Amino acid sequence: MDIIKKAFTKSIWVFHMSVGSCNNCDIETLDCFTPRFDLERFGVQLIGSARHADALLITGAMNKKAVLRMKKVYEQVPKPCVVVACGTCACSQHMFKYSYNVAEPLDKILPVDVYIPGCPPKPEAIIAGIVKALDKIKKGK
Amino acid sequence: MDMRDRIKESLRDKIKDWQEKYIKRVYFSIDKKDILEVTQVLFRSLELRFITISATDMPDYFEVIYHFSNDPAGEIYSVRVTLNDKLKPEIQSITPLFPAAEWIERESWEMLGINFKGHPNLKKLLLNEDWPESDYPLRNKK
Amino acid sequence: MSHKIIVPIGPYHPLQEEPEYFQLYVEGEKVVDIDIIIGYNHRGIEKLSESKHFDQVPFLVERICGICSSSHPYAYCLAVENILGGEANIVPERALYIRTIIDELQRIHSHLLWLGLAGHFIGYNTVWMWAWKYREPVLDMFEMVTGNRNNYAMFKVGGVRRDLKDEDIPVLKKTLDELRPGIDLFRGAIMDDPVIKMRLKGVGILTRQQVVDWCVVGPTARASGVNMDIRRDEPYGVSDRLDWKVILEKDGDIFCKTIVRILELYESISIIRQSLNKMPKDGPIDAGVKDIPAGEGIGRVEAPRGECFHYLKSDGTNRPVRHKIRSPSFMNVASDKVSAVGGTISDATLTLAAVDPCYCCTERVAVINKIDKRRVMNGWDLIKLSQEKTLKLKEGYYGRPE
Repeated sequence: MDIIKKAFTKSIWVFHMSVGSCNNCDIETLDCFTPRFDLERFGVQLIGSARHADALLITGAMNKKAVLRMKKVYEQVPKPCVVVACGTCACSQHMFKYSYNVAEPLDKILPVDVYIPGCPPKPEAIIAGIVKALDKIKKGK
Repeated sequence: MDMRDRIKESLRDKIKDWQEKYIKRVYFSIDKKDILEVTQVLFRSLELRFITISATDMPDYFEVIYHFSNDPAGEIYSVRVTLNDKLKPEIQSITPLFPAAEWIERESWEMLGINFKGHPNLKKLLLNEDWPESDYPLRNKK
Repeated sequence: MSHKIIVPIGPYHPLQEEPEYFQLYVEGEKVVDIDIIIGYNHRGIEKLSESKHFDQVPFLVERICGICSSSHPYAYCLAVENILGGEANIVPERALYIRTIIDELQRIHSHLLWLGLAGHFIGYNTVWMWAWKYREPVLDMFEMVTGNRNNYAMFKVGGVRRDLKDEDIPVLKKTLDELRPGIDLFRGAIMDDPVIKMRLKGVGILTRQQVVDWCVVGPTARASGVNMDIRRDEPYGVSDRLDWKVILEKDGDIFCKTIVRILELYESISIIRQSLNKMPKDGPIDAGVKDIPAGEGIGRVEAPRGECFHYLKSDGTNRPVRHKIRSPSFMNVASDKVSAVGGTISDATLTLAAVDPCYCCTERVAVINKIDKRRVMNGWDLIKLSQEKTLKLKEGYYGRPE
């Protein structure tokens, strides 16, 4: 088990998913990987396939049409994995709570490990969130 | 010649209730059966750009407004159509005239349940496929 | 012996950070038809708007789209002010200038963002990193002026919420100066690079007639020679008092769309600079609008992607009766149906991205592919295909690397 933990925390691969967001969180997430913030220096990488992911970074207010797909993607991610709720929409549904096309909150659907509030969270906050996720794994999830 | 005069001249008695209450905004009503002909004149002959359809659920009727933009002058001409049948609102589709209306009509159909007759592809655009029939989110709930 | 293959793109796909779903029908290398499925981002904002009062709606419409988060509140404010008698008649002078400055800053950051993503799709990752690097100072300016990097909350009916501090103005000017060499660099890189030219010229063409038929707006329409720009046609803010020009190209291919956006960056910088110079030294920034009378109003602004349209119906209470929003991408994305058909698969991703699609605006869509028993390529393959094509062109031009 320890070897998994060690391998898991060395370089974390993130699959980013927007479930009815406004684009801000998505852009700020991408921003973390560009020259000023450069998350890749910690080995963190955005990847294109959920099957290679260690962490699932979810943004947005749980659109009913997209939630079905989100569950399927979650099933494809190899376990153990970390689920990060990025942005106020993903944490608490924000002002879209009473919309007709919004399903349950994210933490009622998937087990969320880290919440990053903010509308949108600054890249620094996203980096801090991912570091917290790493700590959580190290302490034994 | 001014666009107002050109519209008045080419549509003549089809226009009812011409209103210019706001700056650069012209609203006029037409009869439901004239919509294809009026759109053809405004879009093709007078070369106005089609912006969108805004439909509203009013207490006694449905109001469908077709917005056209006269870009060189920065004016918007809004054609108002009233659908009195609250149970089965229906109007002729304008998609056969030009393709840009396709998504706009599909959206109005699924949000307000206005049936666009002759639309080639009237299916759900934004809502999930399992959204219940005859539940239209933008209609007023009693 | 036609052998149609369906290539799904999306909804969760590395090409777009937003979810949407395209089905390309291909015969050999050629795209013969395309299905666009959207709806993965629909949050019912038009309905929610009816339950908020007039002063709350700007915060809601700001969250339609994170990239154009000043265009939507601006268009909404214009719609309300249309009922009240027109922006120019009620909004104080200084507020008009601040509105224009925020709106143009947003255009710079949006165009740089698109430029970076387009560079990524054709395999020029350096362009991506550069563009986003130069975008950071713009976001810093936003943070300094409004307090947030993306959702600015600057607009309110009858004025703006925050004033521009005097000590911020020299900093803004200096940052704009520093931005210019960066944009020069892009202009040089894209206009002079023979490989980019080969890759973008004659690809994804939208003819003038198609633009008219599909009612395409914004830079996508201007690249095809259709002369429209809401800032000039129906001036808002102070855009009619400043000296700037509408950028037009005539070929309608992706190269023209890129050039239009790059040249617009220069115009935006010039507009901000002139506004900062001409702005009155002090004065009120808010008209203090209290009641909204019954009536209907239409507001529209030129968002980075084109005309953004808000229709508002009020019955004299404190909430809108109907709030219809039409974002520019709603028209532009639909036109992919003509621009991508006839091209090859390796060009398709780029063509789909060339309209600067914004699905949060269109209402945000995403679908996961459930087609079995058909040959399927995934998203990575498509980007790789696009990047390989650039590589091949490069080799043809410069020779194969030893």
